[in-house]
Amino acid sequence: MANKLNIVEAVNQALMNEMELDERVVVYGEDVGVEGGVFRATVNLQKKFGKHRVFDTPLAESAIVGTGVGMAINGLKPVVELQFMGFSYPAFNQIISHVARMRNRSRGRYNLPMVIRAPYGGGIRALEHHSESTEALYAHIPGLKVVIPSTPYDTKGLLIAAIRDPDPVIFLEPKRIYRAFRQEVPEEAYELPIGKAKIVEEGEDVTVITWGAMVRDVQKASEMVKEKGIYPEIIDLRTISPMDRETFVESVKKTGRAVIVHEAPKTLGTGAEIVAIINEKAFLYLEAPPTRVTGFDTTFPLPRGEMHYIPSPERIAKTIEDVVKF
Amino acid sequence: MRFEIYDPTEIKHYRVLDPNGEVVTEEDIPPFSDEELLYLYKTMLFSRIIDERTLSYQRQGRMLTYAPNIGQEAAQVGSAYAMEDNDWFVPSFRELGGWLIKGVPLKNIYLYWYGNEWGSHIPEGIKALPVSVPIASQLQHAAGIGMANNIKGEKDVVLAYVGDGGTSQGDFHEALNFAAVFKAPVVFVVQNNQYAISVPRKEQTASKTIAQKAIAYGMPGILVDGNDIFAVYNASKEAVDRARRGEGPTLIEAYTYRLGAHTTSDDPSKYRDDEEVEKWKPKDPILRFKKYLQNKGVLTEEWEEKTKKELDDQVVSTFEEIENKSDTLIEDIFKYHYETMPPHLEEQLEEYKSFLEGGK
Repeated sequence: MANKLNIVEAVNQALMNEMELDERVVVYGEDVGVEGGVFRATVNLQKKFGKHRVFDTPLAESAIVGTGVGMAINGLKPVVELQFMGFSYPAFNQIISHVARMRNRSRGRYNLPMVIRAPYGGGIRALEHHSESTEALYAHIPGLKVVIPSTPYDTKGLLIAAIRDPDPVIFLEPKRIYRAFRQEVPEEAYELPIGKAKIVEEGEDVTVITWGAMVRDVQKASEMVKEKGIYPEIIDLRTISPMDRETFVESVKKTGRAVIVHEAPKTLGTGAEIVAIINEKAFLYLEAPPTRVTGFDTTFPLPRGEMHYIPSPERIAKTIEDVVKF
Repeated sequence: MRFEIYDPTEIKHYRVLDPNGEVVTEEDIPPFSDEELLYLYKTMLFSRIIDERTLSYQRQGRMLTYAPNIGQEAAQVGSAYAMEDNDWFVPSFRELGGWLIKGVPLKNIYLYWYGNEWGSHIPEGIKALPVSVPIASQLQHAAGIGMANNIKGEKDVVLAYVGDGGTSQGDFHEALNFAAVFKAPVVFVVQNNQYAISVPRKEQTASKTIAQKAIAYGMPGILVDGNDIFAVYNASKEAVDRARRGEGPTLIEAYTYRLGAHTTSDDPSKYRDDEEVEKWKPKDPILRFKKYLQNKGVLTEEWEEKTKKELDDQVVSTFEEIENKSDTLIEDIFKYHYETMPPHLEEQLEEYKSFLEGGK
């Protein structure tokens, strides 16, 4: 059986499936219970599974994550929601000092099968702190996995994999495209591998590596450059950490050129790491410098300015052309 | 009951034994057998001997930084003894007495302070968390463990520790608030040893007592004489029983004094007078308990000397067992970050090993 879902509905169905299959799964956070989440990602879960497994908490991100650590140690599989990525910072200490380290600290006595979900990224005309893309902060920390889906099908498969993973996963949902499109999604539970990128479009001329909401913008850019005879290979990274280096390195060896597109600021962003890996692993294949198209090294602007910040298909297309013509 | 009698907003310590070991409240003497009394005393002695030996190893350059517990043995042993085997122990970093009560081998404790992660590999079957260094962060884990017990319908209780300095952290507030809202079976024990490294308790909070903070969270709080093992035990036991009955969390302020340094890295004479320390020395919790046990005729000098010798031998042999034999294996640095080592870590490990082997 399949149904047509958008990304936020895919999140909801993944949670439904896993809560049904595994009674250790609990879901909580701010407004996730009665209201079903500010984006409706947890809608109907409390009705179906009861207040003891799906509940609202006091407004405190650090404790939402910190209690998750205790629950995971004590045999549950917490899936906690942080309402926006920009509000994950009060929980930063718990995530970095404990979520990421408990397995190593205890030499494997305590692992933490927990998921921290948060909508990320700009483009929804929101207030300050509601548009962050700080995946690199978390990807820098050993012991965490960082996953960002870009389609409803991937969202469901990757979220289920994240819940089943014996290690903690930061699951970042591209809220700009939460409801942008629907896709056939199987009703039953299925997993997609964490740490595996996906080739979205095959091409010969240039490798474009991206993730999350930017995948669709890269696809639009690809249509533009195809009209000029340039055929990009688009790679959706899907997992920021641990990164599937092999897929993009092999692609760059084939195309000789790389463009990395992300919404987050440029300096020390995930793109910088990808460029470094390409230089280390595919240097002799390169026909042009690997190049980044990213948000600026500025604070994410309020809604009247955000269109300048998020790389547009036009900006991406221009860079692709420049790199191909280098 | 005691929580109703003792108003946490008043500076009035719940006490069973006075500093001379004389009984203040006869009806509050816990119903311990002589064997249990000696076990508790022995555990306090063990903690003291470990501290003294370790401090001397540290001065000899044989040990790394160490946080001694001297003066706080009653607060630790008395509270931890209120736990059942199945209850959870969530320590901060100065709870040696609790570790010993919980049955964590001394070898683990030494490995930890010697700088090897295997020290924090708590043996299977012992429900204790590893040392948590970021102050007060562990209290949230305690709240979560308790919440999970409620969700699973289990009756185990969580004993969680923090110091007076830790009560200033946001995590302290959030943990107590969550525990209270979800009626989590957690007993929060504040070892108020009067100093957060160099900052005295009065500069830490404007509250008259730390125990009174419980009121704001809607849970009982009690201020106890932390150098009186019976008072600490009784308050903890009552709190543990409450929690097990499903009545939620409790805050205990164990008023004590750190007779030694914060760790071997600081010099307490920089921030407190010798006079103050001298004033606290006669209130030593081990002396107090000893006097009580002697008055009761349970303890003889002969038993004490023999026991001290046995414990000291055990400390020396355990330390020698790990000394110079506990360097971390390279593989271990990489192996425990994820269940399956990701390719980039495998690559870094291989590169480093090949470098050590002379490079390829």
